[in-house]
Order: sequence, then structure tokens, then C-alpha cells
Amino acid sequence: MAKAMKDKVNGPAAAALLAGGIGSAAMGIITLIVQVDSQSGFSKSMVWSKAVGGLSGKSSWAIIIFFVAWAVLHFMWKDKDTDFARISSLAIALLVVGLIGTFPPVWNLLKGG
Amino acid sequence: MEMNLREIWTVVHGMVFGFIFLLGFSGALYGVYSLKAEWLTTEGITKTVNIVKVYLWGLALSVWAAVFTGAWVVYPWYRAAPPEGTTDLSTFPRYFLLASESTAQWHEFGMEWKEHVAFLAPIAATVVAYVVSYYGPLLASKVGERRAVMIFFIVAFVATAIAGMFGAFITKAAAVR
Repeated sequence: MAKAMKDKVNGPAAAALLAGGIGSAAMGIITLIVQVDSQSGFSKSMVWSKAVGGLSGKSSWAIIIFFVAWAVLHFMWKDKDTDFARISSLAIALLVVGLIGTFPPVWNLLKGG
Repeated sequence: MEMNLREIWTVVHGMVFGFIFLLGFSGALYGVYSLKAEWLTTEGITKTVNIVKVYLWGLALSVWAAVFTGAWVVYPWYRAAPPEGTTDLSTFPRYFLLASESTAQWHEFGMEWKEHVAFLAPIAATVVAYVVSYYGPLLASKVGERRAVMIFFIVAFVATAIAGMFGAFITKAAAVR
């Protein structure tokens, strides 16, 4: 049945997946940096809302990075066929970076505690 | 049967938005998995993909709503600092948990993990909804794309399940009131 339909380029799908990986990795890396040294200037800059604390900046940056990366990658690849296997593997690896960076024992390991 | 405003928001965050995603996950995953050209007729694939698209966008919206209500509505009540001299910490969950060694890990491990990992879920779920919508019935012939989408969706579920599980446990130990 799929043969009867006009095929589509995989660029937009690859862009979405890679942007998702980038957004997740951003959440993991920003969280890791903040949690390892919560007194640094960078960590303090994550407090966008006093009520929500550092989570406000960390999560907002991750969401902004996700959507900006998506827009840029979509613009670059919207009419192209990409190496989907490689890009999706990279996206999944970045998703794992997000999972690792948000896991508290990893912060403690890097803090040496 | 009475609930105050904070309790209602906590329920809306976890037991409405979060629960919708957790409950809907397996059906949506099976929907994506079953989009196989060899399993379904042309009409079957088109009908299934149309339902799955709506279903996935619904779940993605639900999990976005869960993280936003969690972070911006409920979490400020959870982390609010008690005024100096307060001895009854029961309405300050974070401080209540940290006040005792036996409960401190609920915050230091459970809450810290929950509040951060949860944000991976809406990102991954949105990507899944978009890719399925983009390909539509063509996804049936794209094995690699379907596999990548399912991995993203499983990660979204795992992140939501961690957040939901610790949310329930922490509420048992120190509820937002």
C-alpha cells in the first residue's frame, strides 16, 4: 500500500527526532552542571522564578533549545533525505544523556559525595 | 470528601494529566507497533494511523500539561520555605522531609529525580506525535522510523512513570496541603 502512495523525504522526521534528543540532552547537561555546583553564577542564573527556583530556568532552557533546534533542523532538512539510521541513533544517544544527567546519583558521583 | 485548592491542583497534575499519559501509553505504543504493511489492509492502516495521530497528540498535550502544572503550580507549594520559628512543618513538604534522616531521601533522591526527568517526557512525546503525523500511513513501510519512534515513546513513558511513582510516594510521606 505504501508503494501506491507518494513517498516523503525523511528530513522533517529526522529533524524532530534529533531536536528531541538535543532538548533532552540539554535538560540533562544543564541539570548536571547546576546540581554539581549549585552556588555557581550559572546555577544562580537558572532561577527565573523565585517560587519555582532553579527548575524554572533549567526546564525553560531545555524547552527553548528543543524548539529552536527543531526549527533550525527542520529548515535545513525539510526537503532532504538524511542518513536516518545515523541521526536516529544519535538522537537516542542524546536522549540517554538526558536520562543520565537527570539521575541524582550521577550528580553525587561528580560532586564526590 | 473535601479538598482544598492545593490538593485539587495536585490531583489535576498527577491523577488527571499524568495518569492520562500513563494509562494511554500502552494502547498508543501498540497502535504504532501494529502499523505494519503486512498486518493491515490499506484501509486498516489509514484508519489506524488517523486514530493513533489524534491519540498521540492528546497524550503529548496531557504530559505537557502535567509538567507545567507540576513545575509552576504544585512545586512552589512543595518547596515553599517556612517562616522563621515554624515548628509545625506539615504544610511545608520539602522542609518536612528534610527535617528527618528517615525521610530526607524522599526529597534528595525522589523529588530531585522526579522534577528533572519529567521534562524529557513531553519533549519525547511531542516528537513521536509529530513523526507519526508527518508520515501518516507511510509509516507502515518504514521500519527504522517506527522503531525510533517507539524508543522515544518508551523513554517518555519511563520518565512519566518515574515522576508519577515518586509523586505518589512523596504525597504519602508529605502531601502538599
